[in-house]
Amino acid sequence: MKKALLNFFERIEPDKEKSPFLHTAYDAFFTFAFTPNEVTAKGVHIRDGMDLKRTMVHVVLALQLLYVFGTYNIGDQHFDALGMYPGVFEGLHLKIFYGLVKILPIFVVTHLVGLGVEFYYAAKKGHAVEEGFLVSGALIPLIMPPDIPLWILTVSIIFAVVIGKEAFGGTGMNILNIALLARVFVFFAYPTYISGDEVWIAGIEKIGPGMYAGQEYGAVYGVLDSIFGAFGWATFGEGQQAVIDGFTGATPLGLAAKGGWEAVTQYYTVDQMWWGNIPGSIGETSKPLILLGALFLILTKVADWRIMVSAVVGFVACGLMINGIAPDTFGPGTAGIFKFMAVPWYYHFYMGSFFFAMAFMATDPVTAASTGTGKWIYGFFIGFVGLIIRILNPAYPEGWMLAILFMNVFAPLIDHYVFEANVNRRAKRQAAIAAARAESAPVANEAVAAE
Amino acid sequence: MKSILNKAVLTASGFLFACELSAQNEAASGSNIFIYTLVGIAIVLFFGMLINVADNLIGIEAKQNNIDVDENGLAFLPGLNHLFGGKAPSYTGGTPVTILNRGHDILLEGEASGAIEDATQVTRVAVQPPNFLGLQPIPKLTVAVGDTVKAGDQVFFDKKMPEVAFVAPVSGEVIEVNRGAKRAISEIVILADKEQKYRQFDTPDASADRGALVDFLKESGAWALLRQRPYNVIPDPAVTPRDIFVSTFDTAPLAPNNDLVVAGQEAAFQQGIDVLARLTDGQVHLGLNGNGDAAPAAAFTDAQNASKRFFKGQHPAGNVGVQLHHTAPVGGTDVVWTLGVQEVIALGNLFLNGRIDSTRVVGIVGAEVSEPKYVRTYAGANVGELLSGNLSDNKVRLISGDVLSGLAKAENGYLNFFDDQLTVIAEGDYYEMFGWLIPSSLRPTISNTFPNFLLPEVKFEADTNTHGEKRAFVVTNDYEQVMPMDVYTQQLMKSIIINDIERMEGLGILELVEEDVALCEFVCVSKQPLQHILRQGLDLMREQG
Repeated sequence: MKKALLNFFERIEPDKEKSPFLHTAYDAFFTFAFTPNEVTAKGVHIRDGMDLKRTMVHVVLALQLLYVFGTYNIGDQHFDALGMYPGVFEGLHLKIFYGLVKILPIFVVTHLVGLGVEFYYAAKKGHAVEEGFLVSGALIPLIMPPDIPLWILTVSIIFAVVIGKEAFGGTGMNILNIALLARVFVFFAYPTYISGDEVWIAGIEKIGPGMYAGQEYGAVYGVLDSIFGAFGWATFGEGQQAVIDGFTGATPLGLAAKGGWEAVTQYYTVDQMWWGNIPGSIGETSKPLILLGALFLILTKVADWRIMVSAVVGFVACGLMINGIAPDTFGPGTAGIFKFMAVPWYYHFYMGSFFFAMAFMATDPVTAASTGTGKWIYGFFIGFVGLIIRILNPAYPEGWMLAILFMNVFAPLIDHYVFEANVNRRAKRQAAIAAARAESAPVANEAVAAE
Repeated sequence: MKSILNKAVLTASGFLFACELSAQNEAASGSNIFIYTLVGIAIVLFFGMLINVADNLIGIEAKQNNIDVDENGLAFLPGLNHLFGGKAPSYTGGTPVTILNRGHDILLEGEASGAIEDATQVTRVAVQPPNFLGLQPIPKLTVAVGDTVKAGDQVFFDKKMPEVAFVAPVSGEVIEVNRGAKRAISEIVILADKEQKYRQFDTPDASADRGALVDFLKESGAWALLRQRPYNVIPDPAVTPRDIFVSTFDTAPLAPNNDLVVAGQEAAFQQGIDVLARLTDGQVHLGLNGNGDAAPAAAFTDAQNASKRFFKGQHPAGNVGVQLHHTAPVGGTDVVWTLGVQEVIALGNLFLNGRIDSTRVVGIVGAEVSEPKYVRTYAGANVGELLSGNLSDNKVRLISGDVLSGLAKAENGYLNFFDDQLTVIAEGDYYEMFGWLIPSSLRPTISNTFPNFLLPEVKFEADTNTHGEKRAFVVTNDYEQVMPMDVYTQQLMKSIIINDIERMEGLGILELVEEDVALCEFVCVSKQPLQHILRQGLDLMREQG
């Protein structure tokens, strides 16, 4: 099997001179299938079994459960909004296939576009395709709303990879987190597609002011229906059902920003928010699964635990501070922001995407601070600044994307001062040793002075 | 400084815990929590300050009485090291102990064992000028092919320091002078006599004045036993070293056990230390092994005329560079000398017997050696002859030195002057299907993505496959897991790559030589050639003076 595959690869190897792009693509797939037969040349004679591919793929592995849950949750939220199949396992096949129809195109387009750009630049610069986009490509679908138009996704990914990464020199050289850069591009260029109350549940259309209905199911669902019908299962049907009474597409955070914790609990229970059965970006909702992924990354040492812990510390510190300055009692005319400020800090863990950002975004080794001390500072400020943006920013009740990008920019500065401290420490230590020597040999020194 | 940091961390965590407690109180409304928190912080800060002041007073008191607070755990607040650090073994007695928590022992198959055999099969021995760093590329030969030499006769000198003799390790006939790139002399090969003849030296007394000792070392070839930090080069005879460091144990993969090496040579070792003590203004520092269940050889622990310190930790705890860093680091214009145990013994024997001692105990080790063992041979022995009949049939790599910082040798190559082991491992030029995802065999690693952490005792048959391709620096927590020095390795490497001399000096390049970053290079996820980069930086530093 191995031999046959090797022979196959050997046979199809394109000419490097004539078609550099094809050869780059070939090389990427070949090194994907086979670890090359390179041996150590100078320096160490044996190498650790760990390489960049393996590092990256472990982050992707940590995200797999989120993909599974995200797919289910897209369908579940859709049918919940229509008041259909309220049970967890009711209409399971419909929910999953509804999610798949939404998420697969996003996933495929992300990888086609992102890897296409990577391959192009690798061929142009004549180096091997580097693994950076393995992780970015797995993260981007999870931080997008389920109904994101594919052309917007395409533009944002091209922007992120070209301007964010290749312009700086490729994997390992970027200053800003690629996945977040793609999201922030959509956020500022096409804000109506990624913020507000109407984008987080797939397939719900606005038919008038304050009036919503389910989408009309298209041809793909028709094909699925004919299959389900053959088994005698429930089918999608025509669509365009009315939404349930009192429908809101708002996320818990959206509600909290307007009416505080009371407004949130009118629509969502704490359990629901914890397990992730709420509207939101595809992968951000399920806290236990995110924490499982984070634990996996910590145990394998792929991500740095110091950033995660210090981000939580910063989060708590900021939460306490904002709770402290929030008013005690509310009148009928109290603005929403004061109610939001008074939401106890520990409830903030249930809402929004703090855990996802902390575990998978803040820990990106390229854009985070690179020193141990730096990581503590970097993580703390992500937690601190992120919560400030979430609560005190009047336009948009979430802050991790902006906080992390903000701290990405500051990470080199933090590191710079850590290195300076190291340089100064070394200089001081050397001065101390020299002083101790001068003390122990004063005679010699006096002799020198006399000369 | 470090202890202050430890205490700050403890105080801060105590404060955070207090915050958590106050925040648990759900019934309290916003402002109340805030006030309670402020009061809590104030109380914690007050007591923290009180404790810190008390702690500082103890520190001052201890300093007046010349007691090391960190060493003896005298502080009011315990340091993190005292709470979580390892425990020093009981045999250390009153000797100071440094416990190093970072590092990694690479366990490999093919450890040498048993008694030391004499390698009678070795007939050819070479002096290799490139072994001595810091010389001019083309040294001046004082022998020609066909000459006969006695052990201790000069064979070449460096044009920059003509008074330092490099001598023949054995007596015999010079049969080859091999040249490498740019006609630099790579090997001067001597066919050894069956009956060794020695040049007899007039040895000065070990208590003679420094000048006489230095002159004798230069003339007898013993100067070549010394190496100077920074740069790991042959020392400049004009400079008196600040201190001299000897590591008495080696933690590198498959390294020989120096307790065996020193057995029977105790007097020579002590004599060597006595001579070294005369050569420096400072002290001779011995780094002792604190890893074993039993104390290291008495020759080390009871050595006179030297300051001793135990080091407990995984590789590279046995590297003299690491020990130096934790005892009295080099930097600025400091110069220290370093020697290995066998070089100290050779130096001692020179003074005891009046003739040079080129015998070395060498470990023939590695998974591809059929019978790993210790042999007694000459410095610069022929590799093929050392291994004759003791090699597996696989495609192998012969390494003079250990797998981390040794040099690959051809079968007709020669052991390097300072190396005390010959490692043989399999070449790894094979393709591995999805090797990065599903490795087909166990391999040494520090990563927890492999099941290795479940198998702490397993010894690996490592090969030379790189297990991946070279990439830019991406991961930032790999070197720090194995670097037991206060050095930011990755940043240092980056500053070397961009030739930023001031920065690399500030970040501690002068404290490092290749073997100190070898383990970092092994664990490097991006497969960067750190030792090569470091040497480029060191060369640049030396050039710029």
